[in-house]
Amino acid sequence: MTRIDAKFAELRAANRKAFVAYVMAGDPDYDTSLKIVKGLPGAGVDIIELGLPFTDPMADGPTIQLAGQRALEGGQNLDKTLQMARELRKEDDTTPIVMMGYYNPIYSRGVDRFLEQAKEAGIDGLIVVDLPPEEDEELCIPAQKAGLNFIRLATPTTDDKRLPKVLTNTSGFVYYVSITGITGAADAEAGDVGPEVARIKAQTDLPIIVGFGIKTPERSKAIAEVADGAVVGSAIVERIAKGDSVTDVLAFVKALADGAHSA
Amino acid sequence: MNDLFNSFMNGPDENGRFGDFGGRFVSETLMPLILDLQAEYEKAKDDQNFWDEMNDLWTHYVGRPSPLYFAERLTEHLGGAKIYLKRDELNHTGAHKVNNVLGQILLARRMGKTRIIAETGAGQHGVATATVCAKFGLQCVVYMGAHDVRRQAPNVFRMRLLGAEVIPVTSGRGTLKDAMNDALRDWVTNVRDTFYCIGTVAGPHPYPAMVRDFQSIIGKEAKEQLHKAEGRLPDTIIAAIGGGSNAMGLFYPFLDDKEVRIIGVEAGGKGVDDRMEHCASLTGGRPGVLHGNRTYLLQDDDGQILEGFSISAGLDYPGIGPEHSWLHDTGRAEYVSITDTEALEAFQLCCATEGIIPALEPSHALAHVMKIAPDLPRDHIIIMNMCGRGDKDVQTVARHLGFDMSDTEEGRDAD
Repeated sequence: MTRIDAKFAELRAANRKAFVAYVMAGDPDYDTSLKIVKGLPGAGVDIIELGLPFTDPMADGPTIQLAGQRALEGGQNLDKTLQMARELRKEDDTTPIVMMGYYNPIYSRGVDRFLEQAKEAGIDGLIVVDLPPEEDEELCIPAQKAGLNFIRLATPTTDDKRLPKVLTNTSGFVYYVSITGITGAADAEAGDVGPEVARIKAQTDLPIIVGFGIKTPERSKAIAEVADGAVVGSAIVERIAKGDSVTDVLAFVKALADGAHSA
Repeated sequence: MNDLFNSFMNGPDENGRFGDFGGRFVSETLMPLILDLQAEYEKAKDDQNFWDEMNDLWTHYVGRPSPLYFAERLTEHLGGAKIYLKRDELNHTGAHKVNNVLGQILLARRMGKTRIIAETGAGQHGVATATVCAKFGLQCVVYMGAHDVRRQAPNVFRMRLLGAEVIPVTSGRGTLKDAMNDALRDWVTNVRDTFYCIGTVAGPHPYPAMVRDFQSIIGKEAKEQLHKAEGRLPDTIIAAIGGGSNAMGLFYPFLDDKEVRIIGVEAGGKGVDDRMEHCASLTGGRPGVLHGNRTYLLQDDDGQILEGFSISAGLDYPGIGPEHSWLHDTGRAEYVSITDTEALEAFQLCCATEGIIPALEPSHALAHVMKIAPDLPRDHIIIMNMCGRGDKDVQTVARHLGFDMSDTEEGRDAD
């Protein structure tokens, strides 16, 4: 049982929805980013998605692209991203950390070595955008063997025929991408998302968390009402980009979390 | 030649792999689209009607077959091997790119797609895509790095004349790699009506194999034409490589003719060394995953992708088609690099000896011919792919040679 599984068991027992927050590791700089990450559990975040910066984030909109660029320009890399997880683990041993990014920095490190380091740093799960089920041998299966959850994205283009393939080696939770598009683009509509969540639920017992296009506390609540929880990324990253103080960023995160938790 | 186990022509496998290279490293949103495309392509490949239509367009719209031309004065000048040029620069739109675009647009029509997107570097693929879209009345959107929009202004204007919308891409350094990222982002957003027409033998399966198949007309024709002219196979075939589509097109029909030496020429920019001011993925990079496939990439120790550097916008890409990576690792093909300076010399020699203004991309291949031809015997036959004409590059070359063309502002490079 990973920290992710434990967290969902706890939420289920309390009849509560999950709030997941994404931040790019090292944005705008290592120290500020670490302060924000350390403040997330206190702001009501149930699961932290820690972005691993990459030069070519093909599934991300301008907000996350620029966050990655800022982080890389500030010297962020895989080692420092793992280090941030270690620092958080010194004071928080329960909030799950999911590392989210693209495959090349992991492949470049070497899958076995990466998994050993991620596990040791206290990472609980991985979301790797450019690894569909067709490439499960690359990282998904080795990660599960190493005791990490491999969280897969399901999308509006994942039809019923394909869904079992997407769910087969998924663990922890399913991340439903509410729109066809890149992060931070169109608004997610609860009316569209509800039936899609039900469609996925018919084929899995895993929690379904919905992300992409959730920007406000109201939307966070509306989406959490029709799923097991909501993810917000770009809207938080935009606050960081604007130069908001750590306190202000965390206040915004808290409003989003309260939204999801009131569902 | 019929040795199936040792054939180099069987790739990719059902997962899109050439050995360890290739694959389908894309987000889930795109995966169903790529599977649809693969299914449609498999059907089209076995459909004689599809090929009849292609052949008709190749003949009457593109002007195929392109000539295989004996470059007599160039041969005399170099004093060694006998040099033939495969004249794909004479195609409609001025480069080999249209061979592939026609195939993909016919597929898009079969699939009922109404909106075509493409990435372009030098602008040749964008022009070819805009051209074929105009012919078939399809909406066309071309992503082009902002840096390339400036250095290839004539092609930008051409695309707009042809009715395409050209979107300058400002992310990254604004070159081909960034244009490809934005094209993929567009595709993820507009999945229902949009077909992504990739211009090279890279990207997720089935693109590398599909683009190769469409470009193989180059090698097929060259083989027949040389057989007619000389009654035999060439000794060496040479082509320039950015992503590697013109090279794959020439190489593929010769892969199992083991006596034919195959040489790919990468852009060496300012020299292949640790300054990384080049685009030589095979000679200066290592395997990684980008744009849907595993292949050799220019990257740093952390797996972050580096920007390539070349005088030629068409070679300015940090990766290379996965089949080239495999041919490199298996040793079936050799890969070398040529610097900007060497390419400029070849460009001028070709103009002066043959009356052909080559694009900067094949000038790289020609520069390698200049290196090896003098030491080869007179009965050694080389085929070099003249994959594009140089009209688009005249202003870039003028600037590098210190020729003042200041009356024509639009072609000046911004850096």
